[in-house]
Amino acid sequence: MTRRLLPALLAWLAFVGLSVAVVSQTRFTSDLSAFLPASPTAEQQVLVDQLRDGMVSRLLLIGIEGGDATMRAALSRELARQLRADPAFGVVANGEPVHRERDQALLFGNRYLLSPAVTPQRFSVEGLHAAISESVDLLASPLGMLTKSLLPRDPTGEMMQLLERLDGDARPALVDGTWASRDGQRALLLAQTRAAGSDLDAQQEAIAKVREAFTTVAQAQQAGDARLLLSGPGVFAVASRATIQDEVLRLTLVSITLIVTLLLFIYRSATALLLGLLPVVCGALAGVVAVSLGFGVVHGITLGFGTTLIGEAVDYAIYLFVQSAPAGERNEAERRPGIAAFWPTIQLGVLTSICGFATLLFSGFPGLAQLGLYSVAGLVAAVATTRFVLPHLLPSGFAIRDVGPLGVQLQHLLVNARHLRWGIVALALAAAAVIHVNRDRVWNRELAALSPVPAADQALDLALRSDLGAPDVRHLVVVSGRDAESALQAAEAVGTRLQQLANEGAIGGFESPALYLPSQATQLARRASLPEPPELGRRLELATTGLPLPAARLGPFVSDVAAARERAPLTRADLDGTSFALAVDSLLIPQRDHWIALLPLRAPSDGPFAHAIDPNRVRTAVEATDARALFIDLKGESDRLYSGYLNEALLLALAGVAAIVALLGLVLRSAARVLRVLAPLVAAVLVVVAGLVLAGVTLTILHLVGLLLIVAVGSNYALFFDGSESSGGPTPRTLASMLFANLTTVAGFGVLAFSSVPVLQAIGGTVGPGAILALLFAAVLSRP
Amino acid sequence: MRRAGLIPLLCAVALAIAAPLAAAEAWSLEQLMHALGKQRSGRAHFVERKHLAILDAPVESSGELRFRAPDRLEKITLEPRPESLVLEGNTLTVVRGERRHVVQLSDYREIAAFIDSIRATLAGDRAALERTYATSLAGTPQSWTLTLLPRDPKMAEVVLRITISGSHAQLDGIEILQADGDSSVMEIVPERVAR
Repeated sequence: MTRRLLPALLAWLAFVGLSVAVVSQTRFTSDLSAFLPASPTAEQQVLVDQLRDGMVSRLLLIGIEGGDATMRAALSRELARQLRADPAFGVVANGEPVHRERDQALLFGNRYLLSPAVTPQRFSVEGLHAAISESVDLLASPLGMLTKSLLPRDPTGEMMQLLERLDGDARPALVDGTWASRDGQRALLLAQTRAAGSDLDAQQEAIAKVREAFTTVAQAQQAGDARLLLSGPGVFAVASRATIQDEVLRLTLVSITLIVTLLLFIYRSATALLLGLLPVVCGALAGVVAVSLGFGVVHGITLGFGTTLIGEAVDYAIYLFVQSAPAGERNEAERRPGIAAFWPTIQLGVLTSICGFATLLFSGFPGLAQLGLYSVAGLVAAVATTRFVLPHLLPSGFAIRDVGPLGVQLQHLLVNARHLRWGIVALALAAAAVIHVNRDRVWNRELAALSPVPAADQALDLALRSDLGAPDVRHLVVVSGRDAESALQAAEAVGTRLQQLANEGAIGGFESPALYLPSQATQLARRASLPEPPELGRRLELATTGLPLPAARLGPFVSDVAAARERAPLTRADLDGTSFALAVDSLLIPQRDHWIALLPLRAPSDGPFAHAIDPNRVRTAVEATDARALFIDLKGESDRLYSGYLNEALLLALAGVAAIVALLGLVLRSAARVLRVLAPLVAAVLVVVAGLVLAGVTLTILHLVGLLLIVAVGSNYALFFDGSESSGGPTPRTLASMLFANLTTVAGFGVLAFSSVPVLQAIGGTVGPGAILALLFAAVLSRP
Repeated sequence: MRRAGLIPLLCAVALAIAAPLAAAEAWSLEQLMHALGKQRSGRAHFVERKHLAILDAPVESSGELRFRAPDRLEKITLEPRPESLVLEGNTLTVVRGERRHVVQLSDYREIAAFIDSIRATLAGDRAALERTYATSLAGTPQSWTLTLLPRDPKMAEVVLRITISGSHAQLDGIEILQADGDSSVMEIVPERVAR
């Protein structure tokens, strides 16, 4: 032990102790906060809130297959009954008229408060005459069969007004009284969880409850061949989380096993193996601590990424052991000259990597900024551990197998490989050409590109969704107010404009909380339109002149209007027990200091705008109202958000490259050397990108991170070759250490390429081949 | 009251075939259905009068009926207010003014069976007809009357009896008597004759 040992070791132990303390206090999250911009616009905030706990995020789409139609309908009824009894579900719909009677009673009882047709004009003699004539004519129509019995109480047809307005959505077909798919082969249900879509534990629990209830029900009915199908945002999110957890665990195990096997093979020493993993552990620890302290929370994506850092951090120990330890040095002091020889190169390599990652810190995408901080902190900790702690811990007489012979063979290979240099230049140029030709489709700008949901599950979701006519909310108008009443008033104002758009065919229709719960102001205005009973009777006499419906038969109407004049306006509490309660709660949402009302739009099903809403037209129309309405295209908004992150990340990566060039120029003080160090890295990046493009992959933000990693790892190789130029090329031991470092990197990252999670696969598929190419190119392009 | 559609069928070829057959043998539902089933499509004008207790005078409407095998029935009302009703498969679409209603027939079973019975008659679908109604056929091929009595008690609460009259494979009248005493009478005139 030397005097230098103590302070280094003490500092290190203190660091480990503090780190463990911080990590134990750290909050880990897997919600969407990584995608929430640091300072969101109003549109982005709505987007994130909707993704997180909007009504669509809480939908479970359920299908039942197998057996015959009668059995499926019976299963559907029984399953729905069980789920309705469970407080975890707000609404369970399967076509049974559970709410129909209460809904209709509420509508009928409050028709003079709810109907938009109720105005003073409608209750004038002319208005009454027109409305009653219309109702009489309706009796000639098939619809008359439904309205005939209502005529004495509702001769102006207000109930028809309300039913027409609520009847917009296409609903699934009924088979045996329950919903079924168009081909009749599947029973369908729709359940809405009370828990937010972002509460994955609650979603998981709700999904388990559905499965459990189905199993019970199927057993009770001896429906052995019936199958349950489940889809929806919650199902996807839970499945993705499980997949990512499984895969991160499995792939980490596989790559650790590979790396450990490799290291054992190289070192032939368990001590060396354990010591070699020490920088990795310290790096990971430091990364988590830095992110925890810097961001308050650590995101799951960052943790998953942490596993990949193993591949790089393990390299430092390899360089240390292989390059500084020809068998026989007794102690740290004797090893020092060896360390001194290769250390500056490592230092420069680490600084280069840090330049690359540090730029990510400036990203407005918290996920990316976390990755940047994690990498920088992890690399610094790993390299510091390797340099200042590891040498002291090496036991006396520490030795690994002699890799000299292998290194000598590598030297021969290297001499021959240098003949290929023009081939590499040509390859890089060809790659650049490929990228240039395909420059418009290199980058994928859709957030969905990161979705871990397999195509088969997406197809099932689409099938269930189209059969159910489930809302696929894409376009929303959002208004706000300081309280619920003013938000409702704003919704009514913008609703008037939307109704015009619907009449013009620009939109298919819209939902609004004010359809079910008009503002108090509107309700009072409607109530004030109703004449006093004697006056109404007088007007009816005149209005029914010439009609086959004498005023004498409209006594029930007069008394209903009289009662409506005394009726208090509807409040949210009056809707309890009807299906309107949930509709209002989904669309009228309290925020911290204000309320917002959501008005989802439906695309027209036919006409010139079929299935496509023209966003500009709607935006212009709704933003012209006084309600200060926001028009939001949720998919467009999320893609724009992601595209913004991607553009920003590209700029930051370029800034990182500039920083690397500046750093190398400063240290190497030779433009030619800088060029030689960068050339293999640039070539490797170009070839990898061209390969991905040719393989039909469009690059995401994670590929970009992978490219940064290629530069980080590859810069070490290029610098070793560059640093040894004066001494006639790398020593056999240096060459061997580079090969080993490369093999462990490829083992660590390459395994990820086989992941089914796009995020991980992107990094693996980029860094794995990129690391090999960077080493090869650096070797071939090095000067003899 | 509301009725649903009707359809006349005017295929001269079918008439030519059906008539001799009918003359030679006893007139049976089987034969009527067979003759109707041969009509792949048809058009006719209709005039419908509804007698409703609540109104002092009947309401009258008129327009055109169209049928296309196997399952498309259209009733286009021109007077008093334009309206179109299209039944295809299980989907009933009603367009009235600017409003368009699309309902699944299966959502309204009492009404559905009623509309479906007229379609089934036009299609010559005996099985579908007998599923919902007790049928009885009277008269001769030249002048027959088919009476339908609802089997489903829920439907019987709405519709008491449907009487369809016709000649060979052509319908010329439908009368519906409702349980509440209201009734509707529809006269059907094939388009060719009408013009």
